[in-house]
Amino acid sequence: MKQSLLVKLSRINKIYHTGEIALQALKDISLEVRKGEFVAIIGASGSGKSTLMNIIGLLDHPTSGKYELDGQDSSHLKEDTLAQIRNKKIGFVFQSFNLLPRTTAMDNVAIPLIYAGLSRSERMDRAKQALEQVGLDDKLASHPNQLSGGQQQRVAIARALVNNPGIILADEPTGNLDTKSGSEIMRIFERFHKLGKTIIMITHEDDIAKHAKRVIRMKDGQIWTS
Amino acid sequence: MDILETAQSALTAILANRMRSFLTILGIVIGVTSVILLISLVSGLKTYITSQIEGLGSNLLIVIPGRIGGARSPGGIQANRLVYSDAVNLRNNLSDEAQVSAAIQRNVTLKFGNKTDKGAAVFGVEANYWKIITIKLTEGRFFRQSEQQSSKKMAVIGPTVKINLFGEGKALGQTIDVAGQKYTVIGILGPRGAVFGIDFDNSIYIPFQTAQRQFGIDRLNTIYISAGSADNVKDVQNKAISLLQKRLSEDEFTVQTQEQTLSIISQVTGVLTAALGGIAAISLIVGGIGIMNIMLVSVTERTREIGLRKAVGAKSKDIRNQFLIEAVVLSGLGGIIGIILGIGISLIIGRFFTTTVPLWSVALSFGFSMLVGVIFGVAPAIRAAKLDPIEALRHE
Repeated sequence: MKQSLLVKLSRINKIYHTGEIALQALKDISLEVRKGEFVAIIGASGSGKSTLMNIIGLLDHPTSGKYELDGQDSSHLKEDTLAQIRNKKIGFVFQSFNLLPRTTAMDNVAIPLIYAGLSRSERMDRAKQALEQVGLDDKLASHPNQLSGGQQQRVAIARALVNNPGIILADEPTGNLDTKSGSEIMRIFERFHKLGKTIIMITHEDDIAKHAKRVIRMKDGQIWTS
Repeated sequence: MDILETAQSALTAILANRMRSFLTILGIVIGVTSVILLISLVSGLKTYITSQIEGLGSNLLIVIPGRIGGARSPGGIQANRLVYSDAVNLRNNLSDEAQVSAAIQRNVTLKFGNKTDKGAAVFGVEANYWKIITIKLTEGRFFRQSEQQSSKKMAVIGPTVKINLFGEGKALGQTIDVAGQKYTVIGILGPRGAVFGIDFDNSIYIPFQTAQRQFGIDRLNTIYISAGSADNVKDVQNKAISLLQKRLSEDEFTVQTQEQTLSIISQVTGVLTAALGGIAAISLIVGGIGIMNIMLVSVTERTREIGLRKAVGAKSKDIRNQFLIEAVVLSGLGGIIGIILGIGISLIIGRFFTTTVPLWSVALSFGFSMLVGVIFGVAPAIRAAKLDPIEALRHE
């Protein structure tokens, strides 16, 4: 059964200018990701994988090329519209978790819902559900500094899931974790993949990439195998 | 998230950093406290002076040399040409209801035994002065018209003079030395208080002719007129002006009603309020700079938070509002603390001086402190809103 196309990149280029020097971070990238796929993008640092991730995540604009997310061309959208699309369709998981300090797990998870315009009671209900899904229903009121690295990353995953996005974008999600916590996180991703979530994950470790169903290798701004 | 909720979470952030927040809002606290305090002192002063003047009776008019409130005011110093015959002229030609008393004034040293009272005011007044100005006696009596006209050396003394010269001892019937001449004390006045540093209680009243003879003056400081009833005040004023104009030119005298005196007081205290309030408001602006400084620090510290919020869907205006509201909550908190302190201190001072805290001063200083928060919060908030999410997330 062929699922619908979620991410479609056509001939994407990204060039950074620093003074006189131009650096081509992405060269003619074309890539398609279907709904329900679990994709790993693997590459060394400087391979352009983070730039690709930022473009897929609508945090950055390509210099040229066309990016369609869920059938919508994103090239000419304004910042605030992009923010809205990110809010609804993309869930981010970062290497360094990016949880707010002095803020409870519940409140951290609920942040995207603030910008979705939900009432406080709705936000709390949904944040609680999301934390239950990652097995942290006993840590609702804990602050990040009271949680282990693995637990913090699970809070971050709950935050990525809370607004029911089409795609989860994970940038080196296990990069700051020990092996045990790392494989715990990967098991969670696998579980969500089985439940039908689309996951795109960046990593530089083959061990991690092998959890994905499809691996894309990047080198010098280009895709080598897919 | 609505404004109230944003304000609530701003308050949580502020309380998480108590010491820093307190130091930040200190400028605003001091500013608001001093605005409220100074305005309460000035308006207390105004209330006090007004009650003093109203206590003299609403049908009082005073004639003073020179011109007040005209185009040529304050118009330099003119020679005083007001003399006793002007008072007599008024007494003879105003309606029968009206009472007129000429008055002259000197500052002298009073002595009794080895005690002295320097800088006491000696007023030479006529016997019917007491019918015009209402001052209560605690002991003795005022002098009579016959005693005034025969230049008797009698004195009615104020309570400060009584204490300075006699302490707790008996004053009535004693002979005191007024600038070298002997006077018998026949009456002691009740307290009237002090206004603008002039102690009305450190004064003595002696018969007009006696004063004129002793001090050798013929120019009057004041002519007091009582119009008899409040309805007559305007008529008496007009009549007095036309009577005096027969001999004096327009800018050589002023006939002033209580109402006009009060409006001058009101102008003076208005200027005083504006000047003192304005000086205090400067510290509010300094406080605003403190808030701007700390908000800029906060934006830098929370760059990653801003990046994250933007990544998960915050629009620029959401970020801008978050920081703006935080600045306003900071300054508003300073405002509230300042109001509480200002009212508190003014209540304590109120035990010694009259102070009143007008509601408008509370509203004004609170409003101004909020405004300071908005003005000085805008720049950091805009800086936060403009951050690029990728850069911000990478920030260490």
